[in-house]
This record gives sequence, structure tokens and C-alpha cells, in this order.
Amino acid sequence: MNTSLKWIRSYVPELECTDREYMDAMTMTGTKVEGFKRLDRNLEKIVVGQIKSIERHPDADKLVVCQVDTGSETIQIVTGAPNVKEGQKVPVVLAGGRVAGGHDGGPLPEDGIEIKDGKLRGVESHGMMCSIEELGSGRDVFPDAPEEGIYVFKDSVNVGDDAVEVLGLHDTVFEYEITSNRVDCYSVLGIAREAAATFGKPFIAPEVPETGVNESEKTADNISIEIEDKDLCTRYVGRVVKDIKFGESPDWMKERLRSAGIRPINNVVDITNYVMLEYGQPMHAFDLSTIAGNKIVVRRAKDGDKFTTLDGQERNLDHDVLMICDGEKEIGIAGIMGGENSMITENVHDMLFEAATFNGANIRKSAKRIGLRTDASGIFEKGLDPHNALDAMNRACALIEELGCGRVLNGAVDVHGELPEKKHIAFEPERINKYLGTDIPAETMLDYFKRLEVEYDEGTKELIIPTFRQDLVGFADSSEEVARFFGYDKIPVTLPSSSAGLGKLGFKRMVEQVARNISEFSGFSQAMVYSFESPKVFDMLRLPEDAPERQAIKISNPLGEDFSIMRTLPLNGMLTSLSTNYNRRNKDVKLYELGNIYIPKSLPLEELPDERMQFTLGFYGEGDFFTLKGVVEEYLFKVGMRERTKYDASCSRPYFHPGRQADIIYDGKKIGYLGEIHPATAKSYDMEGVRVYIAVLDMPYIVEFSTFDRKYEGIARYPAISRDISMVVPKAVEAGKIDEMILQRGGKLLESFRLFDIYEGDQIRDGFKSLAYSVTFRDKTKTLSDEDVNAVMKKILNGLEGLGIELRS
Amino acid sequence: MIKTKLEEIKNKALKRIEESSDLEALNEVRVALLGKKGELTAVLKGMKELSAEERPKVGAMVNELRSDLEKRLNHAKDVIDYKVMEERLKDEVIDVTLPAKRPAMGHRHPNQIALEDMQNIFIGMGYEVVEGPEIERDYYNFEALNIPADHPAKDEQDTFYINGEFLLRTQTSGVQVHEMEKGKLPIRMISPGRVFRSDEVDATHSPSFHQVEGLLIYEDVSFSDLKGTLAEFARELFGEETKVKFRPHHFPFTEPSAEMDVSCFKCHGKGCRFCKGEGWIEILGCGMVHPHVLEMSGIDPLKYKGFAFGVGLERIALLKYEIDDMRLLYENDVRFLNQF
Repeated sequence: MNTSLKWIRSYVPELECTDREYMDAMTMTGTKVEGFKRLDRNLEKIVVGQIKSIERHPDADKLVVCQVDTGSETIQIVTGAPNVKEGQKVPVVLAGGRVAGGHDGGPLPEDGIEIKDGKLRGVESHGMMCSIEELGSGRDVFPDAPEEGIYVFKDSVNVGDDAVEVLGLHDTVFEYEITSNRVDCYSVLGIAREAAATFGKPFIAPEVPETGVNESEKTADNISIEIEDKDLCTRYVGRVVKDIKFGESPDWMKERLRSAGIRPINNVVDITNYVMLEYGQPMHAFDLSTIAGNKIVVRRAKDGDKFTTLDGQERNLDHDVLMICDGEKEIGIAGIMGGENSMITENVHDMLFEAATFNGANIRKSAKRIGLRTDASGIFEKGLDPHNALDAMNRACALIEELGCGRVLNGAVDVHGELPEKKHIAFEPERINKYLGTDIPAETMLDYFKRLEVEYDEGTKELIIPTFRQDLVGFADSSEEVARFFGYDKIPVTLPSSSAGLGKLGFKRMVEQVARNISEFSGFSQAMVYSFESPKVFDMLRLPEDAPERQAIKISNPLGEDFSIMRTLPLNGMLTSLSTNYNRRNKDVKLYELGNIYIPKSLPLEELPDERMQFTLGFYGEGDFFTLKGVVEEYLFKVGMRERTKYDASCSRPYFHPGRQADIIYDGKKIGYLGEIHPATAKSYDMEGVRVYIAVLDMPYIVEFSTFDRKYEGIARYPAISRDISMVVPKAVEAGKIDEMILQRGGKLLESFRLFDIYEGDQIRDGFKSLAYSVTFRDKTKTLSDEDVNAVMKKILNGLEGLGIELRS
Repeated sequence: MIKTKLEEIKNKALKRIEESSDLEALNEVRVALLGKKGELTAVLKGMKELSAEERPKVGAMVNELRSDLEKRLNHAKDVIDYKVMEERLKDEVIDVTLPAKRPAMGHRHPNQIALEDMQNIFIGMGYEVVEGPEIERDYYNFEALNIPADHPAKDEQDTFYINGEFLLRTQTSGVQVHEMEKGKLPIRMISPGRVFRSDEVDATHSPSFHQVEGLLIYEDVSFSDLKGTLAEFARELFGEETKVKFRPHHFPFTEPSAEMDVSCFKCHGKGCRFCKGEGWIEILGCGMVHPHVLEMSGIDPLKYKGFAFGVGLERIALLKYEIDDMRLLYENDVRFLNQF
């Protein structure tokens, strides 16, 4: 929403403020000003001049030498403009003055362009005649300006006058951010009302004289109106104007339209646009002669109907689109755009003016379905006050009469259901003060309301809300109005008085925090990735067609296929991030990520899915499978998961190397998995031949098993005894099996054990490997004897032999 | 006679100790005097030839000399030890300006750092951190927050839908409703989390970003308390000298509603390129919880009042760390991450 300050001032004549003061004050009462633009910025010493004579330049074919009367003197100006003629009145910037831009209409330089005395091809030139672009504007709002050349004034302007004033450019245009609850402020009158209230000055609404009173011919004789779908059309006001005389609108109207960025066209079109801006009520005009049966019917379209709008495009309709029809056919899409079959042309003689209000949501949805969002639909979709429709119609008709562009017939045809009544809200000053933490006298509050045209009934102690303030419904709304005009900045600053509870992070987040700490200590940096991805990911991860991971939640209106499903596993985000780094030649990259996957309980979704936080570690470069395994185990230890973690290599996940992967098992539960990425998958992610390792921990399980309880167990006081076991083991026997045997047989005395050597090669026969463990024993209560240790060792060795393991001395 | 002999031994010993310049030499002295075949040991061995009266006297004299010599030997050893150490230290001088061996630590994501800063402030003020679902029911994302079925904010253009009932939450405000429905009052919570809006990716937009929601519900709380709380938060986050400005705004689930600006932490309010000359930077939306929202969640608005606020996490991270392109946050290029 853009409005000019001059226009606002026409309703708030006592308003006195600088542009900046206006911006700040309006923003602080809730009409946020996004910015403002002075239309006369960098326009200095520019007057109306008249070209007295034109001579050819002696040395340049494309230049002419003009003598220009500027009121106080006649100056010589050399110009290359193709359109100059003797007698023309034109804007002239005097030497030492300034214009806003160049004649090409490009971006305006910060400080404009200074004009100095000079010589053009040897001929003196004192000043410059200006094009509309040089004055910082353009043909979009000055359609009368020539495509190329100097702007030419009407002959009625006075030589020597301030040209910027004549063009109506001594003004500032403000741009507002209007919040969706303030439908009334999508109009100049609405903003003027706020300005008046903000500055405490009187608001003077435009005077709207009655129209058509002396006409014997009535609108009702020419047209009847029927609303079939009252839920979608709350009011329809129609009025006939006959004997249309097209012409130019007066300057004041053109200036105001321009300030809002609207190009003046002719009086009838301009009035419709003007009233839309002023009252916030879009209007439409039909050629009365095209309306069959003297009848307007407002009804839904039929599925499959086609309709040509006035821009010549054919539109597909459906049952939820509201149409304006005559006795036979559809003539307009309600609130969106009129039809080609009933549009005003230059041959129009009589017209039907429409001011109606529609169901905002229906207009919004229809416009979207049809694919046609117009200025009008953008306003209608906010849901307009039906009372305003009649006011706007009256204003438009008054302007028709004022501008003499037609004969407004007597009376309107006004069809509507029950119109909204003024709401009543209890006025509770004490409660308001308590709510705001203020101490504002009731009279002051009532003064704020009075400024807002909210009346007060002393008998019932109720505020009576004008219908254009649809947003004021209850106590909280009344307190906001008080807060706005008292000033948010004046409301005291306090802290909640009630005693605070205990602030806490929560257990789950603490367990996640340890994951971040361990990752970072281990060299992994935190990544953040999207929750949605492409279904192609499943192929890149080599998941079979029937893989449960393919059962993903689909977004019905995604940004594109690449963002269309909610991820069911976290690998793609990690692989994509690693790939980005790899292809940017970053070396040895380690990343981790904490984010949810979304597992539907059923598809289509009938209940909330299982959102499972995944802790994903991934890297390429220095390190191997066991580097990652080490980080995982360190993490589990730090969150108190100190039972033995098992690794099941039989999981055959398709995205991992078949011989380098494992499920991570804790207390019988599968809490995660890790492995080396399958070379085919790595290739899909543009990392051909790169060894990439990824581990994933399923955090809901981790949180379940985690504990931050710790018990000190004392430091051993008696010495330990270590024994080494060297063995030759069939390759198929995993070290994990040996670990388990040692643990199982080691009993109370076993303190720890460590695999310190592993060898496969020449000295060992095929199909076998050599392993060497160091096993440490300790008794917490006494010094161990060799006999004690020998007994336990014997049990362990027997057990190992049972696994087909050959012991070496 | 013996006395003279002892005197002789002593003088000779002192001289030799003095002459010993290293531990080896000193050890030789020790052995020559006190060792099994040492001079003093020999004297002791010869005592059996003495008379019974002389023996204790001589014994005492020998022992005295022995302990004296031991002391001197130990002292001489200390001196030599010290000298040796001094020399070693001299040899061990290093060039401390050689490169450091830094542990290869990872780096935390700037979003996370900003979040933890915020979390710590609110935990310090007694707020509990809670979570809510990212795939949410329409009711919690909209209706329960006073955004009825036909509100423009529900327009498909902004919201990712799964189907008619489920959607990707567009705001963390739904967590307010979940917390209120639990019926445990009073409430003091913040809820950080991921939210989704149908915006194409560019330097200032992302279809997925994060918010931090805040909610406080007490019997007695006012708009002035909201101002005080958030002013405190801003000072903690951006520095003690930070000023705040509350501007009226509109959110369907709060009334009165406000947006909070903080004085630009680069130019301190004078106006610079960073704050686009305004001197102020908008950082959050807030307001008093709409009575109708309380009511819908089963809380009596006549008895309880509350305030709520929502902060865009990326906005804070981008501002605090002067990151000029939001896409960097989701690329995970280590050359970016390593700077945090």
C-alpha cells in the first residue's frame, strides 16, 4: 500500500510533521511505514519555460538552439530533443539547478545530476529542458509524456511557475506494511484515520453529495439484481450511469493516482481506480447495452464452464467460482475480473457501476485456481465491510457528476442479506491497565477510542465499534488500541513477579549435547540438512523396490520433486554434504548431523509419524571404519552406556560395502549402524573411488539407555597380573567372539583385555589369522597369586580351543 | 694415633670431594671411603684390635666422621646434580614460535551456537526447553492459534501439506498449544525447532529454518513483563548497551502484539549499512497470548494471562555472525563451518 502525504493531508488538514516524523509516529501506532520517497528529490530550480524560437545549430545536425522564456529572463538552451516546437511550455532546469535522472530513464543517481552553464559544440547553453524521466518519473504514470523528448505542459500553465509544483511532485509517497487484520487500512481513508488518531488531529471525511436526485429515470427501471449464492456475496450495489462522456480527469485526481503508481487513463476508469484507492472498495463497470434481460444474477459457475475475461484470455471455471451473470450469460468473474463480452469500450453509451462485497476466502481460492490474481481480488480476498460498498458507490457517482462524465440515474439497486451490526465491547479500564502493566486514566483511554471513531455508551459502559473495524472483537483488542495510542514505548519495563521455576534443558537435549561435544572433540563439524529430499535418493542408496525405507511421507505441494518426501533415513543429507566438500576439493572432511527422520505408522498418514532423531557421523579422508567405531563407542561411554556394544556384520544394508558394515547392538536392541559406503552409492554422489564412512545412531534408543548417574568404584590397591595369549584363529571367527569368550570365562578377576596384534600373511596358513591379546587380572581384595591367575587362564584357553582356535605358546 | 689417622682420612676425603666434578668421580670417592674396602671401613674393621675402653670412643669418632662425610658427599652430589640439570635445561631451549600442534577438533554450526546462547539465557530465567512435532496436525499449527480455516496464512502457497489434516509446521507456536493442553500451570517454556515454509531457496529464504518459541503463563503477568523479559534477553544476547523498541504488529494468536527491534549492534543506533541506515534491527515477534487461544487450550483467560514470543534462529545467526547468504547454512562446506 502506497499513499502520498498530500492526499492524507487532504483529510487531516491540520497534520503537520516532517516525512521522518510521520514515518516514525505511524509505525509506533501500528501502521508500519516501510519507507518513503520524496517525489521532488533532487529536483531544484525547475520552472515552466516557453520556447520562443528554435534555430539550427551551426555545427551539429541533431542539435537545435532554443530561446526559452523562463518568466524572469530569456535564456539560450541547446537541445537534441526531437519534439521541440516554438510556443511549447516545458519544464526548464536553470543553471545551478538539479534533475533526478538521465533521459534514458535508468536508475536514479544518489545525488541527481547538477546542471551547469556550458557549451554544446561551441554554442552556449544555460540550463536544460527536461524529459519526464529526468524529473524522476516515467511514462507509466505520465502517459501524456512523449516516448522520447521533452515533457510538454498544457498551454494553461503559467510561464515562470515552479514546474515541480505544476506536476504535483512536491509530495512524499509512503509505503506501508498493512497487517492482515486491518482491512480498513488498505485504503487512503483508513490510513488517514490512523494518521489523525496518531497525531491527535481531526479527520475530515470527503463530502459526498447525493447524486441523481433530479433524475426522473431510476436505476431500478434499468436493472434488477439477484444474489443466488448469499454465502459468497454479502452485498451487491448497482447503479446506472447514462450518456457517458469520456474525457481527461482533473490534475488533482491524476496526481493522486500517480502517487499510488496508477496510470491515469480516462475519467471513468480513473474514478473507479480512485475510489478503489480512497475507499478500499474495488468497483467494476459494465456496458449496460450488453446486459441481457436487464438483469444481474450473482451465482456459482458450473464445472467445466469457460469464460473470456476482458484481457482476452479464456479461463476455466468450476462450481466454486462466483460469477456475475445477466439474464442469459456470464459477464464477469466476481471480484476478480470482468468479461470481454460486457467490458466498457470507447463506444459505450450507458454503463452499470458495480460495488459489491464477496466472501474473501472464496475469492482468494478462486483467483488461485483460475490463476488470475488482480488488484481487485487482492483486496476482496481480505474480506470487505459491506457497509463500505454503498459509501464507495455514492462517492464514485458524486465524482461522475463532479467531473461531468455522465448522467447518474436516480437511486441504486442495493441487494444484501443481513448487514453486520456495530459490535459492543465492555470497556474495562482497570483490567486493561493490569493487562498492560500501566496506570492510564479511563478518560485518556476513552479519548483514544474517540479518535478511532469508537463510541462509548456510558449507560452500559460499552464501546461501540464502527463496522469498518472488523478486527475489534473483545477485551484484548480494546487493550491493544489503548496500548498503541498510549505508546508501546511508554509502557513500563518490568519482570514477571511470580517466582521462577527451575530452568532446564531436558534429558533428551542433554544426551544430544554430549553427541555434539564428542563429535567435535573427535574432529567432526556440525552439518544442517533439509528434512525433505527427492525420492531418487532411494535409488542412489540402492534400496530395493520393497525396502521399508521407501515408505516415505509425501508432501502434496512440494517446491519440486527434489524436496518432495520426508526423509526416512539420514544418509542422503550426509552424503550430499560430504560430496559438496569433496567436489570443492576440501580434504579430510568429517561431519556430523542431528536431525529427525520421519517414519509413517501408516500411509496415507492417519496419525502423527514417528519422528526419530538420528545422530549421523560421516567422513572421508584420513581414518577408517574403526575410527568411526571409536567415536561411536566413546559417545556411548560418555552417555553412560557401559555395557558391551555388539556389532552384527550380517545386516547387508545395500548402501554399504557388503563386507564393511555392521548393525550396532546394545542390550539386544539395534541402536544404529555403521559402514563404508558402497562404491556404487559413492559414485552416485560424485565421489567415485572415495572411501566414505557413515555411522548412524538412533537417538530414541540412546536416550532410553543413557544415564548421567556415576558411581565411584575406588582405585585398585593390589597389583594386577597380565598374561598374553597368542593364537591362530580361523578367519571366519570374529574377534568379537574371542572377546565374548574371554569375558565369559574371565570371571570376577578379569579386569581388562586388549587385542594388541593381528596378522595375516606368509607365516600363517591360508584361511587363518594370528591374534594376540593381553589379558589383565586383578583382585580388589588381595594380591593375586599365580595359581589364581593360572586357574582362570585355563578356563579361558579351554573356551578358546572350543572355538577351533589354536593356541601358541 | 687413630685420631691422627682419622684426621688424615678426613682431610684427604674433603680434598677429593672438592675435586670431584661429576657423579662418577664422586662415587669413586664414596667407594674409596665408605665402600666394603674403603678406608673408613678398614678402620672399623681394625677396631677389634683395640682395648675394650678405647673401642666405644673410637667407634663414636669413626661414626661421627662417617656421617659427616656422608653429608658432605650428599651435598656435593646435589651440587653436581644441579649443575647437570642447569646444563640440560640450557640444551633444551626450544623455538616457541614454531607451529602449534592443535587437536583436530570439529566445529559447531553457527545456528547451534546462536541457539545455545539463547537457550542459556532463558534457562537462566527459569524457562524449560521443550519440543513439539515437526509434522503437525492442522489444528495445532493454525486453528488452535486463532488462525481459522480461511485465513490467508493458511494459503497453500506458504504451507507444505501432507494431506488435509497433516502438514509441516510453519511455526513453533503449536508447541504453545501442546504445553497448555497438558494443563500444568504455570508455564515457562521455550521451544526451539525446525519449521517449514514454501519459499524458494535464495540468499534470504529457505524452505526449512528454525524458530525459538517462548511462552509464559501465570495468574498475574502483563505486557510490561513481556517488555522487561525480552529487553533482558536482548541485552544478554547482543550486549549490555543494547536498546530495544517495541512496535505494534499483528499476530492472530497474540493481542496486543508487537515486533521487537534492537539497536544495531554494529553502529549502536547511529545508522549504518548493516541496519540499512535505520539504527534498528527487527529480531522477533511477541505479544500477550490471545484470550481465545487460552480458552481453546482449556485455560481460563479470566484467571490466567500469558505472553509469547517467537525468534527466527537463522535471522539471529546471520546477524550475529554477519553471514550474508542463508544458503551457506545448509551447504555444510567445512571452509564455512571452520570459522565458528
